[in-house]
Amino acid sequence: MSTLQLTAPGERDIVMTRVFDAARALVFDAHTKPELVKRWLLGPPGWSMPVCEIDLRVGGKYRYVWRHDTKGTQMGMGGVYREIVAPERIVSTERFDEAWYPGEAVGTLLLVERGGKTTLTLTMRYESRQARDAVLKSGMESGVAASYDRLADVLAATPARRSS
Amino acid sequence: MQQSRLNATFAALADPTRRAILARLATGDASVTELARPFAMSQPAVSKHLKVLERAGLVTRGRDAQRRPRRLEPRPLGDATRWLERYRRLWEGNYRRLDALLDQLRTPKHPGDHR
Repeated sequence: MSTLQLTAPGERDIVMTRVFDAARALVFDAHTKPELVKRWLLGPPGWSMPVCEIDLRVGGKYRYVWRHDTKGTQMGMGGVYREIVAPERIVSTERFDEAWYPGEAVGTLLLVERGGKTTLTLTMRYESRQARDAVLKSGMESGVAASYDRLADVLAATPARRSS
Repeated sequence: MQQSRLNATFAALADPTRRAILARLATGDASVTELARPFAMSQPAVSKHLKVLERAGLVTRGRDAQRRPRRLEPRPLGDATRWLERYRRLWEGNYRRLDALLDQLRTPKHPGDHR
């Protein structure tokens, strides 16, 4: 199984690289069709995504709202699409309703397909080094260790794994 | 304080010359002269980078008063790495869900199951 490479080069960037065993068009769809985005972009366990609106055009907006299933806590985020080259590249801004890092970030999603596999590179550029480091620190506070424990359940509960 | 030290670590690691200095120190202690040699840099320039690394707690000075050998301090580097690792795991959780979803999209149970 492919694993995620994550680095924090320079002062303001976080770069993630991950290979998916699927065509680029499908990976692109999974990032741009609300009914698909809602099924995986969930973060730590216990959260679902009741709102996912995407206006996929340059200057168009997107909006995501996550809700904690038992506590009822909500977290909203949104931004504007700056560049769209389907199915290979999306540049968009990102800002959370309740800012947990200063300012706005710009994300560049790049999809490269080779031999039926797609390499995803996501570069997030923050306004300052302080903002970038605050984001990295958040991973420490969200209790992600628990998400590993629950991961097996999620995978087991997902139907239609390939039988081949 | 923990937060500001981690910030200092990331700032120190942001520069390629400083990363190269750390890589050199990982193989053993070295004086400023020895560190300056592989980089086409003056000793004062190397000293400036070393100061940043020292402030971040990544490098300390040895006892030898003549050579003042610099030594790598692994602990803050370990903290920064753990920080990255936890954030990485959070996203890995998302991407494993995406793996499962892509799998489903490619192989619908019945024709017409997916758009």
